[in-house]
Amino acid sequence: MAEVFWPAQGSAALLGGEHNRVDGLAKSTGVAKYAYDIAPDNMLIAQALSCPHAHANIRAIDLTAAQNVAGVVAVEPLKAEGDEVRWEGDLVAVVAAESEAACAEGLAAIKVDYEVLDHYVDDADLDAATGADATRPAGSNTQKADADAEEDAEFERLFGEAAVTFEADYGIHVITHMCLETHGSTCEWNDNKLTSHLSTQNVSGTAGQIAGPLELTAQDVTVHCDYVGGGFGSKFAADAWGVTCAQLAKNTGRPVKYMLTRSQELKNAGNRPSGFIHVKVGAKDDGFVNVWDSSHWGTNGPSGAPVSQNFIPYVFDPPNRRRVATGIRTNSSPARAWRAPNHPQCCAITQTAYDDVARHLGLDSYDVFLRNLSTVGERAAVYEEQMKLGAQLMDWKAKWHPHGKGPKDGSVVSGLGMAIHTWGGGPHNSRATCKIYPDGGVEVFLGSQDLGTGTRTVIGLVVAETLGLELNQVKVNIGSSEYPASGPSGGSTTVGGVSESTRRAATAALNELFAKVAVQLEANADDLEATGGKIQVKGNQNRNIAWKDACNQIGMGPIEAQGEYQGGVTYPRDYEGKRLTDNGVAGVQMAEVAVDTETGIVKMRKFVAVQDIGLIINRKTARSQIYGAAIMGIAYALFEERIMDKASGAFVNAELSDYKLPRMGDVGEIVVELYEPESEYNRGVIGLGEPPVISPGAAISNAVCNALGIRVPVLPMTPQRVLEAISAANP
Amino acid sequence: MKEDIRQELRSQTRKRGSGFNRRDFLKGSGAAAAATALSQTAGVLEGSPGSSSSVIGPEIQQMTLNVNGQNHEVRAETRTTLLEVLRYQLKLTGAKPVASDASCGGSTVWIDDRLASAGSTLAVECAGKKVRTVESLGGESPDAVPQAFVNNDAQQCGFCTPGFVVAVRAFLDANPNATEEQIRSGINGNLCRCGTYANVIEAALEVVKGGSRG
Ligand code: FES
Repeated sequence: MAEVFWPAQGSAALLGGEHNRVDGLAKSTGVAKYAYDIAPDNMLIAQALSCPHAHANIRAIDLTAAQNVAGVVAVEPLKAEGDEVRWEGDLVAVVAAESEAACAEGLAAIKVDYEVLDHYVDDADLDAATGADATRPAGSNTQKADADAEEDAEFERLFGEAAVTFEADYGIHVITHMCLETHGSTCEWNDNKLTSHLSTQNVSGTAGQIAGPLELTAQDVTVHCDYVGGGFGSKFAADAWGVTCAQLAKNTGRPVKYMLTRSQELKNAGNRPSGFIHVKVGAKDDGFVNVWDSSHWGTNGPSGAPVSQNFIPYVFDPPNRRRVATGIRTNSSPARAWRAPNHPQCCAITQTAYDDVARHLGLDSYDVFLRNLSTVGERAAVYEEQMKLGAQLMDWKAKWHPHGKGPKDGSVVSGLGMAIHTWGGGPHNSRATCKIYPDGGVEVFLGSQDLGTGTRTVIGLVVAETLGLELNQVKVNIGSSEYPASGPSGGSTTVGGVSESTRRAATAALNELFAKVAVQLEANADDLEATGGKIQVKGNQNRNIAWKDACNQIGMGPIEAQGEYQGGVTYPRDYEGKRLTDNGVAGVQMAEVAVDTETGIVKMRKFVAVQDIGLIINRKTARSQIYGAAIMGIAYALFEERIMDKASGAFVNAELSDYKLPRMGDVGEIVVELYEPESEYNRGVIGLGEPPVISPGAAISNAVCNALGIRVPVLPMTPQRVLEAISAANP
Repeated sequence: MKEDIRQELRSQTRKRGSGFNRRDFLKGSGAAAAATALSQTAGVLEGSPGSSSSVIGPEIQQMTLNVNGQNHEVRAETRTTLLEVLRYQLKLTGAKPVASDASCGGSTVWIDDRLASAGSTLAVECAGKKVRTVESLGGESPDAVPQAFVNNDAQQCGFCTPGFVVAVRAFLDANPNATEEQIRSGINGNLCRCGTYANVIEAALEVVKGGSRG
């Protein structure tokens, strides 16, 4: 049997084209059903009560009054007496009631007696954290010729040799995932079997998480999720609320919907760790960074871990470096994976320093990034090509001016900045079943999910391409734990996993069909191909049979075939053949901003994103992913942050009106370039969700710095921070 | 009965000066509850308008809601939002609960041809008015706006999308020849986390170019 691979570049019928997503109209006309939308008859609404204290012990919870509220059906504690609450907003008790309002009234009647304890929430100030005994060492390492002996002296010598040496601080605050569909589920029981309509990015992995605590087996639980209103790394787990919802439905004998409120979502259901750094950099006069000595810190919540030192500095790996990491324990909810864990923060707090090398030496930032590509490893040549493309699209050379030396239009100055990133994006484990019916119908089944990335459409395209059909001839079934298991959608692993298993399943099904029609076409099954709605003898279009007629010969049917991708098995270590999927991408982004020096407002003018992702399946949805990532990047570069009140320990901006995000008028022009030379195409499919969200922080910070000639050291660069940086530079 | 409710509402509206909205009426309840409950673990309804004798309710009211051209007999407490009735009684779930403070456009609908946030409007307030939801733009031959959203891939997770579709439809009804600049500055009541703004702008421009008014 022939090896399974993709069509050669340029020869695919559908792959790489511009395809509308198959569920687009369902979404845009409001008929797509999310977990939040599922409303079985007789459903109860459940909501939780949040703790108002950042740190407390629970002395007592009194549910009696709540139980007596009209319309309240069930009240359950979520914490026991004596339990410690470690962040403001943690969930303490839950009420299930006939309506949202009755539920709220029930919550208001719950009495909790707290013993309030000391709290700590300031993650930006390392001295304060040390004083509060809130720090913990999180590792250190060094890379230089003579690692331990007289290390300090050696670094002194290296800095002494540098053409330019400077010390600087950079930082990026905690942000939240802010899924527009909050976390939660709607649960129904039927004959001791549970269906959980869970808002999840992990359909196949969550059934077991719910079954365990309920003392069921995973077969008794179906997790169902056709549509999910955002995940971004925060919806891998069924979570305590997912289990509670199932339990409430069981206890009450009625379907229950339990979704977090907006503020509970922000306070409990996902945030990205902060990153702050103090660094000393030594560079040669051409901008080559020869020595890096940094200490960084940040928080991921109560356990106190900073971003990983392995990505400091980011992508670039200077010949001499030393880095020390410190975690800060705070009374805030535990962080969750946020698109490209570690990468956006590490990029933002280190590639800003690379840009400052250019500023201090009066060099073009582009040249400094180019000069340091010799330290990035195997993808240096790809970065260089992508930088050239980006520079053309940005018109970098024509627009460039040295930092702070551009023309002024009244109080407005403009500038350019860039950054580069990397990510894996290799496939997760995935299984698919493809069925071909005697009437010509085709279905594919995967326990995967579409977070809005276009997974459903990608799967359909792979089947249609493989079978020589149109996209609308394929029915794609995903979003249920009853289908063959596929991995969670995180780390840009989905498109690789599902396209590989789907391609293999569809190919296997097709081979069975070939076997059925080979005799009639007077050919070997191996000599047949499916194209343009026909099965034909390769190289002889006249000997063909229409798809439907071919399927008529299936007999009782349907043909049912499996396909699989399994890490380490599908491609063993010594595998050297062509692959359907691969791992590892580059990416270059450039930003152009205007900064008003009187108001401190930064306006996006233009943003250019150049990205490789191997073989592109659907150009249209791929581009959307990058637009979206750029906009999310603009959000954390200029707008959003979690604001913790030091005095109370409260997360004070946990509503949408206070948690600032960009609106349509804030994003400027965005240009997306998919970089797909044959060498990249031939690597096969690689995921895209994470990489383009990494660079915006540094690229935009660098553009602001280029405009002002002054670094605004901490993201987001709010008007206040811009004005503070300006006045600090002009005392 | 219906007329009585409206009378009462009108006089209340005059007295209060700002009409009913969720915040006035529900102080600390509804979806906002668990948030405010942080600092008010007991007794938030006490003294709230919901328990005041000058306000109708909170007992269950029977009302007729005209939604997408159809009359529906609905029973709901006076403190029930239009959003809750649309979603859980009429199963029209296009309008989404996203924010508890109407700050993101997720639950945007038309009420008597004006845009409103269903999540911060009470159902009783809509008795006798014409409510139109995003679903009215779908069906067999969808409106040009949702179709343009598909063509320009202006939805990712799609949770914000129905609100955007309604906002764009309403904006283009008022500004059928809108320029890109006007579109960028004119549709800022809606929020998207996945970052579909660039695609929404393209979709709106496609509708303008097509000259379609839906
Ligand atoms: S498409 Fe996901 S929030 Fe807009």
